[in-house]
Amino acid sequence: MTLLDHVPSEAQLRRSAYRRRQTVYSVLVAASSTAALGTLLVIAVTGAPGWDRVRRSFLDPEIARDALPTVLSGLWLNVRLLACCAVGALLLGLVIAVLRTLRGPVFFPVRALAAGYTYTFRGLPLIIVLYLLTLGVPGLRLQGMPPVLVLGGIALVLTYGGYLAEVFRAGIESVHSSQLAAARSLGLTYRQTMRHVVLPQAVRRVAPPLLNDVVALQKDVGLVSLAGPIDAVRAAQIATAQTFNYTPYVVAGVLFVLLAIPLIAVTDWVTLRAARRQSGG
Amino acid sequence: MALLRCRGLRKEFGGHAVLDHLDLTVAEHQVVALIGASGSGKSTLLRCVNLLEELDDGTIELDGEDISDPRVDPDRVRRRIGMVFQAYNLFPHLSVLDNITLAPRRVHRRGRAEAEAQARELLDRVGLGAKADAYPDRLSGGQQQRVAIVRALANSPRLMLLDEVTSALDPELVGEVLAMIRDLKADGMTMVLATHEMGFAREVADEVCFLDAGRVIESGPPEQVLGEPTQPRTRQFLRRIIEAGRL
Ligand SMILES: Nc1ncnc2c1ncn2[C@@H]1O[C@H](COP(=O)(O)OP(=O)(O)O)[C@@H](O)[C@H]1O
Ligand SMILES: [Mg+2]
Repeated sequence: MTLLDHVPSEAQLRRSAYRRRQTVYSVLVAASSTAALGTLLVIAVTGAPGWDRVRRSFLDPEIARDALPTVLSGLWLNVRLLACCAVGALLLGLVIAVLRTLRGPVFFPVRALAAGYTYTFRGLPLIIVLYLLTLGVPGLRLQGMPPVLVLGGIALVLTYGGYLAEVFRAGIESVHSSQLAAARSLGLTYRQTMRHVVLPQAVRRVAPPLLNDVVALQKDVGLVSLAGPIDAVRAAQIATAQTFNYTPYVVAGVLFVLLAIPLIAVTDWVTLRAARRQSGG
Repeated sequence: MALLRCRGLRKEFGGHAVLDHLDLTVAEHQVVALIGASGSGKSTLLRCVNLLEELDDGTIELDGEDISDPRVDPDRVRRRIGMVFQAYNLFPHLSVLDNITLAPRRVHRRGRAEAEAQARELLDRVGLGAKADAYPDRLSGGQQQRVAIVRALANSPRLMLLDEVTSALDPELVGEVLAMIRDLKADGMTMVLATHEMGFAREVADEVCFLDAGRVIESGPPEQVLGEPTQPRTRQFLRRIIEAGRL
C-alpha cells in the first residue's frame, strides 16, 4: 500500500479535528489579548495629564520633517563608518584569534602581543580609546595625519576587534581535535588545516555572536561625534538645540531601529540556521 | 624489504608508558592486524607511526628513511601514509567530493577537474558515486567510513593505517567496510589495522600482533596467534572475546 491510499483511522481523524479546533482557539486568544493590551496602552498614554505637552515636544510632525534631511545625512555617516569598521574589526579579530593559536617558542612574542591586545582593549572603555586617538594622536603633529574620522574609526576597530577576537577564538577551540588529526593525517600543513578545516567550521559556529557584536557596533559608531564629525544623534542634538523640541531625537531613534532591523533579522536567521544544523538537520 | 620498521618505540602519557620497547616490522603488500585489550596502545602506535604523537624513544623507518628524525618534515611523511579513524572524522562542512579532493588539491596541487575525476572514479568503484555531492551528516555510518577510506586513498599512500574502523558501526554496516578493506588487500595495499573483529583479522591479515601494556607479546600467522596462542595473556584475551561472542 502506498502513502496516498492510506485511510486515516477513526482515532487519527478525531485527533486532527481536535488539533484544528485548538489552533483556531489559540489564534482567537492571541488576537483578543493583543487588542486588549493595545487599547489599555493607548488609553494610559493619551489619557495621561501631560500627554499633550509630550506630544508637542516629542512628536511634532513639522519639526520632524525639517530635521529629517540633516539627521539622514548624519545617519549616512553612521552607515559608512559601520560598514568600514565592521569589516576592519572582523578581520582584526580573526587575525588576532589565529595568532593566539600558534604554538612553538618562535611565536611566543606574537602570542603575548595578541593576548595583551585582547586584554587591554576589552578592558578599556571605548570613549577613552576614542579620545586618546582623536585628540591625543593629532596632538603629536606628525606629518600625513589622517583625519579625525579615520582615527575614530581606528578606535572603534581596535576596541571591537578585541571582542571579536575572543568570539573567533572560542569558535576555533570548539572544533574537535579529531578534525585536526584527520587534516594533518592527510598531509595538510598547519596553515592549510586552519584555512580549510578549522576556520570554516569555527566561523559558522560563532556567526550569531559575531553578528550580535556588529549590531552593538552599529550603536557605538555614533560616539565618533564626540570628536567632531556629525552623526545622526549629533545632528538631532543640534536640531533640538535650535528648536527646543525633542522630536529630532525621536526621528533619529526611529531611523536607527529601521537601520538595525535588517541586521538583526540576518542575525536571527543565521542563529536559527546554526541551531538547525546543530540538531542534525 | 620492510616498508615500515618500528624499533624500541616508547611513548609516555603523564609518566605512564603506553608504548614500551615496541617492535613492529611490516613488509610491502603485507597486512598486519593489531589486537589487544582496550588501552593496550593500538591507537597510540598508529598515531606515532603517522607522527601525530611525539615519540619518547625508538625509531620508525618508512621505506628505509628514519621518519622519527626531528629534522624530517612530518607533513611530507604523512602524505605517504593514509589513516582512517574509528569515528570517521570526515569534515562536516565539506561535501563528500570536497572531503576527498581536499588533500589532492591543496597538498599535491592537482587541478580541481583532475582531482574530482579521480575522486568520482574512486567513489564509483565502492558504489558511492551517487553520494559525491552529499554532506557527511546525510550518510550512514558505513557510508561515512567508506568515504573516509576513499579520502585516505586519494593521496595514493604507500601505507594505510586503520584504527578500529568498524567499531563505531551498527553490526549490519560492518560488512560493507570490511569488504572494502578486503579489496584493498587484493590490490596489494600495505596495511596496519587495529581491530576487534577477530574473524576478519584471521581472514585478511598475514600477521597478527597481540599488544599488551604497550608491547607486542605475541605475533605470527593468524591461525597460530588466534588458534594456538602460546602466551597466557593472549589466551585470556581471546577467551574474553569468545565469551563476548565476537569470534
Ligand atoms: N592523549 C592522551 N593523553 C593521555 N593518555 C592517553 C592519551 N592517548 C592515549 N592515552 C592512554 O594511553 C593508553 C593507550 O591508549 P590507546 O592507544 O588509545 O589504546 P587502544 O587503542 O589500544 O585502546 C590508554 O591508557 C589511554 O588512556
Ligand atoms: Mg583505540
